[in-house]
Amino acid sequence: MNVTSLLLVLVSIALLGYFGGYRKARALSSSAKTHSRPQYHGYLVALWALLPALAVLMAWTMSQEAIITRLVMSELPATAQHQSAAERSLFINQFKNLAQAKKSAVDESGVSLPNEEDDPLTNQAANRYLHWQERSQVARTLAVITLAALAIWLTLRRLRASFQARNRVEKIIQFIMMLSASIAILTTVGIVFSVLFEALQFFRHVPITEFLFGTHWNPQTAIRADQVGGSGSFGAIPLFTGTLLISLIALSVAVPLGLFSAIYLAEYASPRVRAIAKPVMEMLAGIPTVVYGFFAALTVAPLIRQTAESLGLSASSESTLAAGLVMGIMIIPFVSSLSDDVISAVPQILRDGSYAMGATKSETIKQVIIPAALPGIVGGVLLAASRAIGETMIVVMAAGLAANLTANPLDSVTTVTTQIVTLLTGDQEFDSPKTLAAFALGLGLFVVTLGLNIISLYVVRKYREQYE
Amino acid sequence: MTLDKTALVVDNNNNSTEVNLTGSASDTADMLDMTIGETVGKALLEDAKLNVRHANVFYGDKQAIHDISLDIGKNEVLAMIGPSGCGKSTFLRCLNRMNDTIPICRVEGSFLLDGEDIYDRRQDPVLLRSRVGMVFQKPNPFPKSIYDNVAYGVRLHGLAKNRAELDEIVEKSLRRAGLFNEVKDDLHKPGTGLSGGQQQRLCIARTIAIDPEVILMDEPTSALDPIATALIEELITELSEKYTIAIVTHSMQQAARVSNRTAYFHMGKLVEVNDTDSVFTTPQHPLTENYITGRFG
Ligand SMILES: Nc1ncnc2c1ncn2[C@@H]1O[C@H](COP(=O)(O)OP(=O)(O)OP(=O)(O)O)[C@@H](O)[C@H]1O
Ligand SMILES: [Mg+2]
Repeated sequence: MNVTSLLLVLVSIALLGYFGGYRKARALSSSAKTHSRPQYHGYLVALWALLPALAVLMAWTMSQEAIITRLVMSELPATAQHQSAAERSLFINQFKNLAQAKKSAVDESGVSLPNEEDDPLTNQAANRYLHWQERSQVARTLAVITLAALAIWLTLRRLRASFQARNRVEKIIQFIMMLSASIAILTTVGIVFSVLFEALQFFRHVPITEFLFGTHWNPQTAIRADQVGGSGSFGAIPLFTGTLLISLIALSVAVPLGLFSAIYLAEYASPRVRAIAKPVMEMLAGIPTVVYGFFAALTVAPLIRQTAESLGLSASSESTLAAGLVMGIMIIPFVSSLSDDVISAVPQILRDGSYAMGATKSETIKQVIIPAALPGIVGGVLLAASRAIGETMIVVMAAGLAANLTANPLDSVTTVTTQIVTLLTGDQEFDSPKTLAAFALGLGLFVVTLGLNIISLYVVRKYREQYE
Repeated sequence: MTLDKTALVVDNNNNSTEVNLTGSASDTADMLDMTIGETVGKALLEDAKLNVRHANVFYGDKQAIHDISLDIGKNEVLAMIGPSGCGKSTFLRCLNRMNDTIPICRVEGSFLLDGEDIYDRRQDPVLLRSRVGMVFQKPNPFPKSIYDNVAYGVRLHGLAKNRAELDEIVEKSLRRAGLFNEVKDDLHKPGTGLSGGQQQRLCIARTIAIDPEVILMDEPTSALDPIATALIEELITELSEKYTIAIVTHSMQQAARVSNRTAYFHMGKLVEVNDTDSVFTTPQHPLTENYITGRFG
């Protein structure tokens, strides 16, 4: 049975378990007062039927591939055993492909393929592989269903009038919540560690000082020894300054526009205007970044170039300014939406207090409302900043790929994320410095955003201490 | 409580009669009907600070104030009492145009401050509010330091020429509000960190810092403990030497302690207004009597 139908079966078993538990509890309650209502007995039986069986199913499915491969390899004659690691993995790939082909052929025509070109060893391995796979599936189905049935039986046996099913269901639910939370946390930790590990690999090839303080970025390395090509230089400074420059431009667009529109929506706009304008503005964040990208490259960049030239300045056709401006428009909703929410949440009584002191509306906004809403506003700005730092597509299309170390917004620059993409999309061995550099950049980016978050948390807390 | 059954019945009767009355004007010639339209007592004064004539206030279609005429004298403390929802806050907020901030609210009638029409087109509500200050039911210090809270209005209206003068005004206002000794070492700590009673005195300090002519107080002690309440009541008595004060309160003892005159509101109407002593000792209107003897509201 495949996983989907097995899951369906499990759910039906759990349903049966629910009704079993429910009916038994009803029967119990006719003679004595039960601790928990019958539903809870039902839930408990169903949960016990489902959870262990699901755990086994998951573990089995995840580990069966590796175990079967091992089994197949150990069954083969000794000649097949003594291969180099590379040959071994090639061989494993071959027999798996063959097995796949056989399986689909059986599925389609109902007859087994005669195999001509394959060498007997591969063929033998493929057959064994299919054999074990079939076995494994049958065993898995049996194990899972038995486990579910056993769990139902055991739980049903324990049901008494005094049985605290409700409290136990509570415990199980708590456990499920905790499990979900830890999966999210563990995934994050896992990602960070894998990036860290690969980055350390990179620093074996390239000294960390060159990466951190080098001002030249040119990741092209020779793929083969006889090829003409540089040894590559991996100074990340131009990338980080490029990211910084573009993000700063974007934020200097988004923060004032976003904040002012939030203030307008929250304080001045009539409910009708607000009801229309707010969702429309939030739509800005829903436009795909590719669309922003070509808007920046085809409309804004030429415009900036013309304007610059008419002013006697030289501008490259791909400019930081174009990318930054368009990115700024894109992240307006991050600032405005959150700010609008916190501004609206400032208690009316504070406003009244200020008006009653003879303050005008804008004085009230500046002196009372913005300070009261500041933690939320800072939160919105940070969200926008991390979005700007992480944005890739607009930069690829509008700001170019040249790693220039410049503060001139009319030049082209590149950013960390853009370089990560270009590093990983080429045909390169996975352990070449070029590919590994992507992980080092990723790590750098992670550290920067983490730092940003910590600083902002600190600022907000400091501010709160002062004012709350 | 020692309310007996008959009292409750009377109470109910009064209530339902009242509802009927506002529904149809010329129903039964009940005694209550005759008198509720006309305010009894002493509503008009000579040489008053504030004159209100024929005030009607509407929230959308709903009328919250029905034809109220009332004067508030110079250096007088006027207490406004009445059951919940009878329009005390609404009336108070008309006096400094705070109702302007509620879009659906509409005010009719004439409101004069020293003979000037408060609702005149040329009247600037912002300036008006610096002459008619307000203290709210819930203490609402700004998210600023104690010093900046008191300096807020002074800075807005440019009442201090330099820092030394500002310091002086802040200290004087805090002293008058009876708060200075408690906070003199923490002037730059947040005002929101004070206790409720201290916060309310801070709000009073910030109101008197801009030296208004009238101070409106909407249940200023309802969120405070008895000691803080006593402090504020003392303060009101002191302030009345300099300012005209209108205070809404649910505590009849408080009204009796701090006010010169007391106004009794009922369902958007001003039922009775008179010297505080006579309102509490010899109320003229049966509704007032019911209310102050605890049979109502
Ligand atoms: N912002 C508003 N919008 C609509 N109706 C309102 C508003 N404020 C008050 N009202 C209505 O006006 C009437 C008078 O309210 P008001 O707040 O003046 O009563 P109050 O005497 O101050 O009562 P309380 O003693 O409970 O404070 C009430 O019926 C109330 O429902
Ligand atoms: Mg009120």
